[in-house]
Amino acid sequence: MKIVVCIKQVPSRDSVLRVSATGNWIQDADLTYEINEPDAYALEEGLQLKEKHGGEVVALCAGPAGAAQTIREGLAKGADRAIHIEEENLAAYDPLALARLMAAALRAEKPDVVLTGLQSDDLGYGQTGVILAQLLGLPHATIIMQVEKQEGGIRVKRELEDGWFQHVEMPLPALLTIQSGINKLRYATLMGIKKAKTKEVKRLTAVDLGVTPAAAIRFERVYLPEKSKHTQIFEGAPKEAAAKLVEKLKFEARVL
Amino acid sequence: MSILAILEQRGGAWHRMSWETLAAAQQLGSELGQPVSAAVAGHDVSALAQELASKQLDRVYAVEHELLKDYTPDGHAAALEQLIRAAKPHVVLFPHTYQVRDFAPKLATALERVLVSDVVAHRVEGGEPVFVRQLFQGKMNVDVRFAGDSPYFASIQAGAYRADKVTAGTATVEKFTPDLSAAAIRTKPLELFRESQRAVDLTAAEIIVSVGRGIKEAENIPIVQKLADVLGAELAASRPICDNGWLPMERQVGSSGQTVSPKLYLAVGISGAIQHLVGMKGSKTIVAINKDAEAPIFEVADYGIVGDLFQVVPALVEEIEKAKG
Repeated sequence: MKIVVCIKQVPSRDSVLRVSATGNWIQDADLTYEINEPDAYALEEGLQLKEKHGGEVVALCAGPAGAAQTIREGLAKGADRAIHIEEENLAAYDPLALARLMAAALRAEKPDVVLTGLQSDDLGYGQTGVILAQLLGLPHATIIMQVEKQEGGIRVKRELEDGWFQHVEMPLPALLTIQSGINKLRYATLMGIKKAKTKEVKRLTAVDLGVTPAAAIRFERVYLPEKSKHTQIFEGAPKEAAAKLVEKLKFEARVL
Repeated sequence: MSILAILEQRGGAWHRMSWETLAAAQQLGSELGQPVSAAVAGHDVSALAQELASKQLDRVYAVEHELLKDYTPDGHAAALEQLIRAAKPHVVLFPHTYQVRDFAPKLATALERVLVSDVVAHRVEGGEPVFVRQLFQGKMNVDVRFAGDSPYFASIQAGAYRADKVTAGTATVEKFTPDLSAAAIRTKPLELFRESQRAVDLTAAEIIVSVGRGIKEAENIPIVQKLADVLGAELAASRPICDNGWLPMERQVGSSGQTVSPKLYLAVGISGAIQHLVGMKGSKTIVAINKDAEAPIFEVADYGIVGDLFQVVPALVEEIEKAKG
């Protein structure tokens, strides 16, 4: 089974975000980065499928040169090789154009299974996987909590709303978007980290792939959300703050 | 130029977010001065289409085909692509449901368009819509404008518009029969199921103490359990806590868990990603305890303490015990 897992590098979860001088993105100079969390689960699922059924796991990442670190971590966890679509200015691509870039690299690989996380923690469109499926002409299923190989294809468990699930069967090749929590993430071993240094990372550019940037949507302004409620914040030492809160809950909100 | 709201049903019952999307479409239609139509797809949707006929709409499209009986992304996307090519709307709105997330990006791509997903608000500027969506798990907002050709696609987040604002009126129902073939539907959907009978019904709880990533490790759960105990509350959690197996999935609040609206909801160490907020923002009183003053949870909180939960929660337990005598 040849599995390609699409991974994205995003600002670390506890990053302090500030709006950039241009007003339409964030200041990204001082940020630290990590793998997009749902993509980490997708990578783990790819590794487990390979362990069960044999084959190869290829990590595919579109991002700036700095994304090499996230790719290296993926290789250290067990991906066999990686493809890095080096693009410094991802903002010049809308979700469709970016998927075209990734689809061009995927076509050459002819994978049996393509995995992505269900959404990114930064932009949060939740679309890349489904757009890729359409561009590649693959059947797909989203928000997947289980993948089983069966005669003639795969059977997946799709998460629905309000605690419902559904099994879906489909032939291979196919694309799946993976939900966080589908498996237990592994840590890279020392041996894995060592091995990662010798693994192949193929670097491609938009020019190599014959894709031009395009943006059918434009970010006009990025800003902190306005509060929908007036929040009373209690300051001071924990004990004082707790006492003030209990007072309000008892006499103002009357919920104690 | 017109607006088209594509609504969702399953087995003849509406998805509750359909009405919110219809409200958004009517609002946008009146601001742009464009007629609004609505579409519902399935095997036999005549009763649902009749219900829509009592709303203020230009047209109701009943998109019917045997192959639309059980939802598949291939079937849905193909049927709606044909409808959009025929009806030529300027703006297409969807509810941002799990099902829409499954097929709408495919549909937009088939029409070489980009979907602006998970919209929380809109305004009209220069005769065109500007959609507001969230970035970085709700920490930032962005105003998005379309730069290319219409139709423009957007999906509407749960709770962003009020279902009770849908305007009544009359509309004509038009049956639309797409050309679908069984061979083009590559996925085979099986029965829907639930993992187990829910042992915990969080929706019945008057007070809920909910815990998130800030708790750091499973060994720390008793700290919040104690707070729940003194309040006589149910203990709940955000998704990552259940993903890690620190609390059972049945205690999860949010879009993939339970939707609750207790008298008092205490969010401890929860940053407030939108998937969590949609499950609890209807609570009467919301308290947030978080070390990050800019965490989105404070946007919906009535009361907040910015601080280290490992100090604040024990202090709170003590104060509550005191207050309760």
